[in-house]
Amino acid sequence: MKSVTAQDLVKTYGTKKDVVTALNNVSFEVEQGELFGIIGPDGAGKTSLFRILTTLLLADSGRATVDNLDVVKDLKAIRKRVGYMPGRFSLYQDLTVAENLEFFATIFETSIQENYDLIKDIYQQIEPFKDRRAGKLSGGMKQKLALSCALIHRPGVLFLDEPTTGVDAVSRKEFWDMLKTLKRQGITILVSTPYMDEASLCDRVALIQTGNILSIDSPAGIVDNFKPTLLAVRANQMYPLLLDLQRYEGARDAYAFGEYHHLVLKSGFNEAGVRSYLDRSAHEGVEIKPSRPVIEDCFIALMKQPTGAAADNHQPSA
Amino acid sequence: MGKSQFLSFIKKEFYHILRDRKTLFILLGMPVVQIVIFGFALTNEVKNSAIAVLDQSKDDATASLTGELDASRYFEIVASLKSAAEIGPAFRKGKVKMVVVFPPGFGNDLKHLNNAQVQLIADASDPNVANTLTNYANAVIMGYQDRVNQGLKLPYTIKTEYRMLYNPQLKGAYSFVPGVMAMVLMLICTMMTAITIVKEKELGTMEVMLVSPVQPLKIVVAKAVPYLLLSCVNIASILLLSVFVLDVPINGSLPLLVAESILFTLTSLSLGLLISSATGSQQTAMFISLTGMFLPTVMLSGFMFPVENMPLPLRVISNVVPAKWYYIIVKSVMIKGVGFGAVWKETLVLAGMTAFLLLISIKKFKIRLS
Repeated sequence: MKSVTAQDLVKTYGTKKDVVTALNNVSFEVEQGELFGIIGPDGAGKTSLFRILTTLLLADSGRATVDNLDVVKDLKAIRKRVGYMPGRFSLYQDLTVAENLEFFATIFETSIQENYDLIKDIYQQIEPFKDRRAGKLSGGMKQKLALSCALIHRPGVLFLDEPTTGVDAVSRKEFWDMLKTLKRQGITILVSTPYMDEASLCDRVALIQTGNILSIDSPAGIVDNFKPTLLAVRANQMYPLLLDLQRYEGARDAYAFGEYHHLVLKSGFNEAGVRSYLDRSAHEGVEIKPSRPVIEDCFIALMKQPTGAAADNHQPSA
Repeated sequence: MGKSQFLSFIKKEFYHILRDRKTLFILLGMPVVQIVIFGFALTNEVKNSAIAVLDQSKDDATASLTGELDASRYFEIVASLKSAAEIGPAFRKGKVKMVVVFPPGFGNDLKHLNNAQVQLIADASDPNVANTLTNYANAVIMGYQDRVNQGLKLPYTIKTEYRMLYNPQLKGAYSFVPGVMAMVLMLICTMMTAITIVKEKELGTMEVMLVSPVQPLKIVVAKAVPYLLLSCVNIASILLLSVFVLDVPINGSLPLLVAESILFTLTSLSLGLLISSATGSQQTAMFISLTGMFLPTVMLSGFMFPVENMPLPLRVISNVVPAKWYYIIVKSVMIKGVGFGAVWKETLVLAGMTAFLLLISIKKFKIRLS
C-alpha cells in the first residue's frame, strides 16, 4: 500500500515578474512503513514539499495523497493522522518539557499514558528534565522533545523536516537510531536532510535540487548507478592539483572531497593515464587510488547532467 | 474531549502570560499608573496659580480684594510689585501667570464715584490658562462687588446663576477616568491579542498546531479568554482607584457599567484578531495596534479633544472608532448616572462593530500557511 504519493507537484513563489520555482513537477511514491529520505541542499524545495504534504500549503498544480487521502480535499482527516516536525524548533519555549508534551497530547485528543509505549524510548532520555522549560534545553534534547510531541498521537505517517540540522554528531546518530526503532512500529517516515551521509540510513531516497528530483532509488541503487571510474587524488599542493585535474582532457569532473580530490573519468581513460599526466607537471607527493562512490558523488554527477537526462530519472523506480 | 482541549488551551495561555513577568507587570500596572498620572500630574484644572499684585492704592478695598484672591483655591499671591516697571520682568521670569493691578485711588473711586477699575494682565502664551485665570479672577471680584452692594437697590440688574450638573466642582477626573478606561482596554486587548497570535506564527508553533485536529477558531478564542479576564481585573482596579482615590463617584448602575466594559473588551479583542490575521510579524502587529488603534482612541474618542469642534471629515471618522462610543457610554453611566435606556444606541453600535469584526476575522483566519 502506498502511504504517500506525489504527482507532478509544482509550487512557485513570488510575483509574475520574479518567479521562484520551489517544486518543478515533483512525483514520487512512498510505501507503507518505509523510511524515505528527501536529500538536497538548502533551497532545493524540501520544506515546500513537506508543507504541501502536511496540508499547510497549496500546490500550484499536481496531486498528492497521504494515507490515500487527498491533501487538499481531505485536509481535516489528514491533520488527524500525520505527525509533523517543522525545520526549526516549534514548541513553546516558556512551557516545561512535560507541559509541552501534555499540551500536544490534548490537542490531538489523546493522553500521554495512552501512547506512552511509543515515545517511551525517546521521552525517557529527557524525562529527568521534565520540569525544565523547553527553551532551556540543548539542541539534541529539543529535538527529542519535538519528536515525542509529533508522535504522541501515534501518527500513521511522520514528516520530519531537517530534524538533524544544527544538531551535534552524537545526537544526530541517536536520532537516526530512534527513527529505525519507530520504523519497526510500522510508521511511515519521510525525512528531509541536507546531509548526504544520512542518505545511507534511509530505505530509499529522493535526491532533489532546485525543485527537480534527480533520482529516486535505494542508497545502494543510487551508488550502483554511478558508472564512471572514480579516483581519489592528493598531492602536497592541493589547490594547483585541483586546477590541473580540472584541465585534464579525460576528466568528466573534479572536485575537492575531504582530504582528497575526487576525479571522475570519461570513458576510455584510466588511472595510468592520470598518473602520466600528473608526472608531466611538477606535483610532489602525488597519491592516486580508486575510490568507491558515495551518495555525494552521485548527487554531484546527477546535478551536472543536462536537464533532459535528469528528467528520465523522474519516474520512481519500481 | 473537546472541552478539555479548550481548557488546556486556556491553561497554556495563562502560563504564557504569567511566566512573562515583565509584560504582566506592565499590563496590570499600566492602568494604575495612568490613573495616577492623569489624576495628579496631567490635569487641565487651574489650581493655586502663582499671581502677583501691583497695589498702587493700598486701601481697605484693595486689601480685602487681595485677601479674597489669595484665599481662593485658584490663586496664590507670590509677589507684590512696587511699580509698573516690575510687571514685565515678573512675567519674563515665568514665576507668575497673572498680575492684578489696582490703580491709585481704587477704594476712593469705588466709594465716591461708584466706579473703579482694576486691570488683569495675564500670560497668554497658554491661551486656555490665561482665559481661565481671568475668568476666575473676575468671578472673585464680582463676588466682592456684590457684597459691597448689599442693601443697596440698583435698578435693572441681571444676575446669572449657573450650576454645573454632574460635575459641580469641574473636576478633570470626571472626563479622564472614562478616557483611561477606553485607552487601557483598547491597548491591552487589541495589541496583546494581536501580538500573541502573531507570535505563534513567528515561532512556528502555529504551523504545528495547524497540522492537528484542533479547530483553528478554538486556538483564537482561547487566546482571547485570558485577556478578557485580565481586562476585568483592570476595570476593577481603575474603578476602585477612581472611587477611592480620585473621588469620582459611580452614579449609575455598576453591573451595567461592567457589562458595557466587557462588551467594549470584546470589540477590542475582535479588532486584535483581525489585525493578527492580517500581519505576519509581532512588530507589524504592534505598530498597527499602536498607530492604527491607539492614536485614534486618544484623538478621536472625545476624551482629549471635543469631537464636536473637529472638522467634518474627522467627525465622520470618529464614528468608526469604537472607543468614542464606549467613552460616551461610560460617561453617561458613571458620571450622569443614566440607565440602559439612555445608552442603548451606543451599545448597539458597539455590539454591531464586534459582530462585524469577529465575522471578518473568522472568515480571514487562514487554515493554511500564507
